[in-house]
Amino acid sequence: METFIQQLFNGLTVGSIYALVALGYTMVYGILGLINFAHGDVVMIGAMVALSVTRPLVGVLPGPLVLLIGLVVAAVTCMLLGFTIERVAYRPLRKAPRLAPLITAIGISIVLQQLAMIIWGRGYHPVPTLLPGGMHDLLGAQINDLQLLIIATAAVTMVALMLLVNRTRLGRAMRATAENPEIAALMGVNINRVISATFVIGSALAALAGVMVSSHYGIAHYSMGFMLGLKAFTAAVLGGIGNLGGAMLGGILLGVIEALGAGYIGDLTGGVFGSNYQDVFAFIVLIVVLVFRPSGLMGERVSERA
Amino acid sequence: MALLEVNNLEVHYGGIAAVKGISFSVEAGEIVCLIGANGAGKTSTLKALARLLPIKGDIRYGGESLDKLPSHALVSRGLALVPEGRGVFARLSVAENLDMGAYHRSDNGIAADLQRMYELLPRLKEREGQLAGTLSGGEQQMLAIGRALMGRPKLLLLDEPSMGLAPLMVQKIFDVIRDVAAQGVTILLVEQNARLALDVCSRGYVMESGRITIADSATALAADPRVRAAYLGE
Repeated sequence: METFIQQLFNGLTVGSIYALVALGYTMVYGILGLINFAHGDVVMIGAMVALSVTRPLVGVLPGPLVLLIGLVVAAVTCMLLGFTIERVAYRPLRKAPRLAPLITAIGISIVLQQLAMIIWGRGYHPVPTLLPGGMHDLLGAQINDLQLLIIATAAVTMVALMLLVNRTRLGRAMRATAENPEIAALMGVNINRVISATFVIGSALAALAGVMVSSHYGIAHYSMGFMLGLKAFTAAVLGGIGNLGGAMLGGILLGVIEALGAGYIGDLTGGVFGSNYQDVFAFIVLIVVLVFRPSGLMGERVSERA
Repeated sequence: MALLEVNNLEVHYGGIAAVKGISFSVEAGEIVCLIGANGAGKTSTLKALARLLPIKGDIRYGGESLDKLPSHALVSRGLALVPEGRGVFARLSVAENLDMGAYHRSDNGIAADLQRMYELLPRLKEREGQLAGTLSGGEQQMLAIGRALMGRPKLLLLDEPSMGLAPLMVQKIFDVIRDVAAQGVTILLVEQNARLALDVCSRGYVMESGRITIADSATALAADPRVRAAYLGE
């Protein structure tokens, strides 16, 4: 039971991060029908920038303030990066066959990784602990402050995003553009601006996720975005790509399933497989869901009657 | 000067010419129709006017050339298109669709216009909170027209509003079109149903394979033996 609660919370923590990244995939897919494979690397850039900013400040300023500064600088950098990527790499290909932007996305992913390798090197960077490491006992499980903060911040961010998309003028324009860009333009929506906004918002979420994931594992690395991006993309597909609620649900589910899987696989297989097989669970779940619900858990579309 | 003046408009899809150099005009306050068979180039003409297609030739709206303007700059100038197939946002509610029509506006008359729209189209009021994708075809057409009107257009381009609708619903839609015109909105109507179109219009143009072949008053067109034979089924 303790293992269960412990893994549930570990899963929620990682799942919240997956969800934030998955939102970036799903928002861009919803509007452009493009899988932005560079998104995971934007997360990595966020983590790296935050690390570079915070390291010299450790001990100079109080930890939480340093973390906040790191987060803000990372967010601004990633927003600019996301804006630029769309402008330079995707916009010129808006009318090209779908394969072209997809391959460009993979190209951008490689460029970002190589760039990060040049700037920050190949090494694994330890991430300083910036929060008081208080542990809480919750139903027998040990939860630290950082985990609570990650879960709470992710939850607040997601609620804010839902409000933005469902209640504001920009959100309405985003949904309209996602559904039919031509008609949205006829309503006076500047499609390019909406698409830029989507990339900027998604990149801000990526920066937040990058800071979270590097703080959580205590490590940052130039290729950390690859697996994380793949998992988050899986989460987005699991929930139904293009659907915001789906990305959130998919991310959290994936995190929890992975953590529970990792927690129990040793016992279940008599020690043959260890927790290093945790990635397998994510993809098994994905395959099972896609067999029975090809459009994902929440990927139901409103029928369009003529 | 006419509200809309089109000179030598050409539209090409790759190597295929859909519109082959047509010229026509619409005066403020008129209802003008563009009739013709499937594939005559009517929809392409309207899409060209809404800047959704690359064109050759000159389109002047209110004296201004549309050459350099993107689609999204038209609605604030009073040019609105109700596209073929309605194009309502299926995953937005009826109220949100109407709100989208007023997207470019920042004045405080939007709420009042919404009320007027619900008076004009009471069916929409009943379905206010429903997703537009769940409406019937006729209701969607009403919504598409209502949405365009929320932008306070001066010139309304209507593409096949009768398409796929039951006769009773078509009658209702055309009643709405008459209402709208009576309020001073200029209308350019594209229709395959020539009888209906000529009934509401003051003037009309007949399009055949990308060219305007006849231009006359609605009454003259309705009496023209060529029109009667080809489009009125007599």
